[in-house]
Amino acid sequence: MELVTIFLSGILIASATYLILSKSVLRIIIGLSILSHGVHLMILTMGQLKRGSVPVLDEAVTSYSDPLPQALILTAIVISFALTSYSLVLLLRNYKELGTDNTEDMKGVPHDD
Amino acid sequence: MTTNILPMLPVILPFIAGVIMLFIGKRPMPHRIISAVAGLILIGFAAFNIYYVYINGTMVTYLGNWSAPFGISVVYDMTAALLVFTTSIVMFFVIIYSFQSIGYEREKYYYYPMVLFMITGINGAFTTGDLFNMFVFFEVFLLASYVLITLGSRKVQLQEGFKYLVVNIVSSNFFLVGLAYLYSVTGSLNMADIHIKLSSYEGSLAIMTIISVVFIFVFATKAGLFPLYFWMPGSYSAPPIPVIALFGALLTKVGVYAIARTYSLFFTTDVAYTHQILLLLALLTIVAGCIGALAYTDMKQIIIYNIMIAIGVIIVGFSMMDYAGTVGAMYYLIHDIVIKAALFLLIGFIIYRTGKNDAADLGGLIKQHPVAGWMFFVASLSLAGVPPFPGFFGKLFIVESAFDNGHAIAAVIVLLSSLIVLYSIMKIFIKVFWGEPVEPIELKNIKSDKLLFSAIGLVIVSTVFGLSADFLFPIFEMAAESFYNPSSYSNYLMGVE
Repeated sequence: MELVTIFLSGILIASATYLILSKSVLRIIIGLSILSHGVHLMILTMGQLKRGSVPVLDEAVTSYSDPLPQALILTAIVISFALTSYSLVLLLRNYKELGTDNTEDMKGVPHDD
Repeated sequence: MTTNILPMLPVILPFIAGVIMLFIGKRPMPHRIISAVAGLILIGFAAFNIYYVYINGTMVTYLGNWSAPFGISVVYDMTAALLVFTTSIVMFFVIIYSFQSIGYEREKYYYYPMVLFMITGINGAFTTGDLFNMFVFFEVFLLASYVLITLGSRKVQLQEGFKYLVVNIVSSNFFLVGLAYLYSVTGSLNMADIHIKLSSYEGSLAIMTIISVVFIFVFATKAGLFPLYFWMPGSYSAPPIPVIALFGALLTKVGVYAIARTYSLFFTTDVAYTHQILLLLALLTIVAGCIGALAYTDMKQIIIYNIMIAIGVIIVGFSMMDYAGTVGAMYYLIHDIVIKAALFLLIGFIIYRTGKNDAADLGGLIKQHPVAGWMFFVASLSLAGVPPFPGFFGKLFIVESAFDNGHAIAAVIVLLSSLIVLYSIMKIFIKVFWGEPVEPIELKNIKSDKLLFSAIGLVIVSTVFGLSADFLFPIFEMAAESFYNPSSYSNYLMGVE
């Protein structure tokens, strides 16, 4: 089970890399959010995947899974949500000001002061 | 086990001030007053905390009263105390400087709350004792810095801001990856606990090496180490001067602090390998920074490349991980935060007054601004590390430690870099303040009393720090102890387990 999720997160990170290296700003942003999904899956795997156990520490429960990675992912998802929404706003503003969403055309904007 | 509020104040105070300003709305005058007052109170508390830590030793607070390795603990040792104090001083002066320089529109659109949120994140990253909490605080100040770098929406800001955003999001994600690896190896996120678990670590060295490389990738990107500094010159020259001063003085230093903390606490099993990499990268950073500082006549760019040289020198000190090296690195870290902010504010004054970025277009300003000119001279001597200014003490210890550890080449590079720093910064001084301008300059008629107040204030802080360096030595010794003797950092866990 761990092996499958590790491969899955590898595929996600690989496709994120491809998207981040493309020239369209929107694709880069999609790439960034896919990258964070891959990383979150990785964190989940690092706490060992178990079937049918609850994340509580109790006398009656003998087999329990680690609650910490889930808490970490929850925090990380909130952060990546904020970052994605901010970068989308930035994309809109970029498009309005610079008139393009191609990173190649964004080069060499004069440094006006 | 009582919950002590003191170590939390540097995080809570700027946050509350920022939230209050958000509720007040788009009214710059109350924003100015609240942020300046918050800065002053913060300086007061930070100074008291230094005294408190000096008397009582490291302050530890367990958030939510969860005991140490399980909950998040805030560890306020002398290193954190010094860094928080310096951060508060820089923040206060930059806020005063912003009154007359940032522009009414930016003030209206929540510039001050963003500065305070950034300080919240920076102070949090300095004081936290939990690795994941450190990641969260990194994100807090990065998010505020994304706003600050693009606030105002000039074309260059948008273009550079987007690059800055992408680079930092990618490296933050790798921070999570490194953290997940470390968690799977040690089963803990508390930095002191990880240190204890790793000191009796008998697993594979390869996984530790991978983790150390992931961490250095992350923090080197944030700190601007070679070869990951490519985003820095562009991004740091885009926003207005007060924002550059904050970024240049504080943001890169958080990365340096994180490198020093993680490398002293976690990667002690294979020092020969990991710290050699660190040293090599630091030296290459110094060389790259020197080349950049020599190549430009643009004032902002010269100082930005000087940030890289300073980062390199500090990391050389930390990579030695012995007594002299870390004491020197602590001196240089604190000194560099203050003096970089002072230099940015001084060249900002010149840029606002003349409207020109390039030192080659200027000349003869000493007639109009003798005080600013000589302050710039003092600041440049201080940056280069001429005694009695504080940079000297830092470099002295770092070079001494490099010779002791048989890294003579490192010591020579650090020494030569001082000459290049002096040359590059004197180039600005001579071109701007001496001689005659190439073409007559029309000085802009701006209000500049607060600009000069903050810039000169910071130079004076730096000079006082240099003159009292001897007197402050016990404090710095205490701060460095958590690096060269990491078990002193994790001592607070001993009573718990």
